[in-house]
Amino acid sequence: MPENPTHTSGAAITAPLPPVSPVTLRINGQERQLHIAPWTTLLDALREYLDLTGTKKGCDHGQCGACTVLVDGKRINACLTLAVMQEGRDITTIEGMGTEEKLHPLQQAFIDHDAFQCGYCTPGQICSAQGLINEGKAKTAAEIKELMSGNLCRCGAYTNILAAVQEVVEMELKIKN
Amino acid sequence: MSNTNYIGKALSRVDGPAKVTGAAKYAAEFNVPGLVYGYVVSSPVAKGKITKIDAAEVLALPGVLQVFSHENVPMLALLDRSYKDDVAPGGSPFRPLHDAEIKFSQQPVALVVADTFELARYAASVLKIEYETVAHETDLETKRGEGFEPGTGKTGFVPPPPPRGNPDKEFENAVHRIDQEYVHGTQHHNPMEMFGTTAEYLDGGKLNVYDKTQGALNSQRYIRQIFGLSKDDARVISKYTGGGFGSGLRPQYQLFMAVLAALELKKSVRVSLTRQQMFSFGHRPHTLQTVKLGTNADGSLAALHHHALHETSRFEDYTENVVNWSGMLYQCDNVKLGYQLAKLDVYTPQDMRAPGAATGLFALEVAMDEMAYAAGLDPLEFRLRNYADRDQNLDKPFSSKKLRECYHEGAAKFGWEERNPAPRSMRQGNMLVGYGMATGVWDASQQKAGAKVSLSADGKLTVQSATNEIGTGTYTIMTQVAAEYLGLPLEAVDFQLGDTDFPAAPVQGGSWTAASVGTAVKNACEALGEKLLKLAQQMEGSPLKDAKFEDVEFVNGQLRLRLDPGQAVVVRDIVQASGETKVEADATAMPNLIKQKQYSLHAHNAVFVEVQIDEELGTLHVTRVVNAVAAGRIMNPKTARSQVLGSVVWGLSMALMEETVMDHQFGRYVNHNYAEYHIPVCADIHDIDVLFVEEEDDIVNPLGVKGIGEVGMLGVAAAITNAVYHATGKRIRELPIMIDKLL
Repeated sequence: MPENPTHTSGAAITAPLPPVSPVTLRINGQERQLHIAPWTTLLDALREYLDLTGTKKGCDHGQCGACTVLVDGKRINACLTLAVMQEGRDITTIEGMGTEEKLHPLQQAFIDHDAFQCGYCTPGQICSAQGLINEGKAKTAAEIKELMSGNLCRCGAYTNILAAVQEVVEMELKIKN
Repeated sequence: MSNTNYIGKALSRVDGPAKVTGAAKYAAEFNVPGLVYGYVVSSPVAKGKITKIDAAEVLALPGVLQVFSHENVPMLALLDRSYKDDVAPGGSPFRPLHDAEIKFSQQPVALVVADTFELARYAASVLKIEYETVAHETDLETKRGEGFEPGTGKTGFVPPPPPRGNPDKEFENAVHRIDQEYVHGTQHHNPMEMFGTTAEYLDGGKLNVYDKTQGALNSQRYIRQIFGLSKDDARVISKYTGGGFGSGLRPQYQLFMAVLAALELKKSVRVSLTRQQMFSFGHRPHTLQTVKLGTNADGSLAALHHHALHETSRFEDYTENVVNWSGMLYQCDNVKLGYQLAKLDVYTPQDMRAPGAATGLFALEVAMDEMAYAAGLDPLEFRLRNYADRDQNLDKPFSSKKLRECYHEGAAKFGWEERNPAPRSMRQGNMLVGYGMATGVWDASQQKAGAKVSLSADGKLTVQSATNEIGTGTYTIMTQVAAEYLGLPLEAVDFQLGDTDFPAAPVQGGSWTAASVGTAVKNACEALGEKLLKLAQQMEGSPLKDAKFEDVEFVNGQLRLRLDPGQAVVVRDIVQASGETKVEADATAMPNLIKQKQYSLHAHNAVFVEVQIDEELGTLHVTRVVNAVAAGRIMNPKTARSQVLGSVVWGLSMALMEETVMDHQFGRYVNHNYAEYHIPVCADIHDIDVLFVEEEDDIVNPLGVKGIGEVGMLGVAAAITNAVYHATGKRIRELPIMIDKLL
C-alpha cells in the first residue's frame, strides 16, 4: 500500500523578531507616542494601540477601503502602510472629522441620505469622500461613482452614498465659485 | 393632534451619529486592559489528518503565550448536542480543535496566542504542521446521481409537499413545454466586518464576550454548553454587527477560540478572522436545479416540476426551502417538487440572505420567462394569467397578497408597455437594450421575543431586548414603536440591544425582527402604560380617576382621555408623584397561532430591470431597476428603502458577479479574498426605484409588519437574466453572467 501523500505547512524562522521602538504620530492634530515594532501597520496602530477604532479593518489587504484615512489630506488605505512610515505627517481619521455633537457636513449628509446600514464601511467611505473632495476631480455623479469605487459596501448602500457625497461635493463647488 | 406618531415616518437612524463618527463599537473594538491576541491557523488540505504539530520553536518566541490545538485542548463537552446552536442543521456539528481529522480546506487547526496581534500573526505563519492527506470530493457535478432527501433537522425547513394532480401526464399533454437546468455556484456572505470576538476575562473567572453575531443569546448558549459556564459567567454583548446576511446566525469558530484561550490563560483575548478565513465557513450552496413547465393553449400552467440538488458537508445536512415556492407562487394543479442534498468535503452551507428563495426563484422565474416566450405571451401577462389567489401548498388563503398591485404599479413606473417583446429588438446607440421582470415571495414570520421597558422620573424611557442590529434599522424602528406607544419624544427613548442580560429575542434573521421584537416592545409599553394609569389615578385630584385603559392614550408626553384630551396628566409627573425612581414593565410576544394557522403568510415583490449590453465587448450594465414590494406595514420608509436598495445590489451581485471558485484538485476555494470574489462597487449601481405597495394585514402580527430584509432581493437575479435574454437572445442558465457568456 502506498502511503498517503503528506503536506507540511509553516514557513521557516529566518530572522530575529523586530525590536520595539518609539514612534510619534500626529493624528487629528495631536501628537501620539507609541512603542511598536516596525511591522505594525498604521491601521493596527490606530485600532490596537491608540483605541482609535473608527478606522475599520475589512480585509487587511487594500481590497475594500474600510480603513481609508487621510494623510496630508490624501486618502490612503491604512492597512497598506506601516505606522513608522507616517511619522511627521498629518493623519486624519474619522474621529478627527467631526463628533456626534458637531458633525462634519459629510457625516450629516450620510445620516440625512441614509447612506449606510451596518455602518462598518462608513468611516472609510466618509474619509474617502473627503479625499475625493480634496482632489477636486469629481464633479458629476458618474465621476463620483467611479472615484468612490475603492470603498466596498456589502450592505449595498451605494445609491445613498452617491446622494450624500454628491450633496457635499456640490456644496463645495458652490462655495468655490 | 399628536406629535408623537412615529410609526411609518421616514426618520433618520437613531444610531446614525454613532456610526458616522466611528463611535459605534464592533466586537473586535473593545480594547479592554491586558488584552492578548489569538491568530487562527487554517488547514491547507481539504481532507486527511494532522500527523504532527511542532510548536516548540513558536513557543520559544518571546511574547508567544500558547499554541492551542487538538493536542492540548482540555476536555470539553462530550456530546454533539452541546455544540449545537439554535440554528444548527441536522447532523454532527463541527468541533474546533477537537481531533486530528481534517474535514475541509481552511479548517481551523490551531490558535497561536501572543502579546501583540503582529506577533501572533507571525508566529502562526511559522507554526510547523504536518498532514497526511486522503482523496477529497468537492465537485457537486460528480454527485448528480447520489442525492438524498434530508430529514427535518433544521428550524424553519419545510420538506417539499407531496406531488399534486398528475404532473407527469399533464406535462406530456401540455401544448407548450420547457425543460431546463439552472445552476449557480457557491457564494459567501462576506459582511464587511470580519468575524471577531473579544473575550474579556474578569475577576473570578467570569467573561464578558464581545462577539460578532446575529444572536447574542445563541452565542451565549453555545459557549455555555461547551465550556460548562453559567449564565452569569458568560455574558455576551453585541451592540453593533458590521453586516451579517446570515453568516452570524451560527456562532463561528473565533468565538470558541477566544473563550477557550481566555479561560485557559486567564487573560482577555481577541481573535479576529482574516478576510481569507471568511471563506472557511458557511456559504450559499452550489445548487443544480431543473424546472419543467407546461402550458395549455390559453396560457395557463398545465404542469410544474422543480427539482434541486445542493451540496452539504460530510457532517451536517444543511437545508433550505428551495423548491417549495414553486408550489405556491402560481396557480397550478399539477405540481411535483423535489429536493436533495449531496455530501462533499466542504464546510456546511449556511443561510445567506433569502436562503432557498434566492436560489429557487432564480430558476423558477427564468423558467417562467422561457415559458412565456414558448407560449407567445408577454412575461408579465403570463404571470397575471397564472396568479395564485390561494396558497396551493397549504391549501389556505393568503392573509394578504398585493402582488397584483406590485405588478401593475411596478410595470407602470418602469414603462413595461414600451417593451418590444422580440429579443434583440431594442437598441440605444451601440448598446443592446433588454427589459426583464420577475417575481419574489418570502415568509412573513413572527417568533417569540421579549422586551423590558423602564421609565425614569426624568421622563426617559429605556427599552431593552437581546435582539441584534446588523444594519436593518432595529435600533431606529424599536425606538419609534416605544416612543409612539408611550407618546414620548424620540429623544426620550433609549433602545438597547445585543446583551444576554436583556429579555430573550430570537436571532436576527428570517426578516422577522420588526414583527417579533416590535410586538414585544409594543406589549411591554402597553404593560407599562397600564401601570402608569394606575399610578396616575392615585395622584391627588387625578382627572383620570375612573378611566379604563382603553379610555386613555399616551400622546405628546401626556396620558389623557381619548374623548376629552384636556383631561391629562404629564407622564413624567406620574413617576415623580409615585415616589419611585422608575416604573418598569416587561412582556413577551408570541405569534397568535390560532389566528394565523388559517392563512398563508407572505410578502411579495415584482422586479423590472433594464440592461444595456455592448454587443462587441459584452460589457453589461443594469441601468434601471424598479422594485415594487408588498410587505405589510412599512415601519420606516427611509430605512426600508435602504433595505430594498441593498437587496437589489445583492440580486445584481448574484446575477453578475458572485461565485466562490473551487479548485477541485486541491479542494480549496481559490478566490477567497475581496479582490477576486467580486461584489458590486459604487460605479456598478445605477437607477434603482423602490415602491412600497400599500398592504394592510392584521393577521401576521399586531403591527401588521411582514419584514423587508430579504424579499427585496428576490426576483432581481432572474429579472436581470431575463433582460439579458431580451437584449441579446442568449438564454443564460448559469450564474454569474460574466462577459464570457455574452460574447
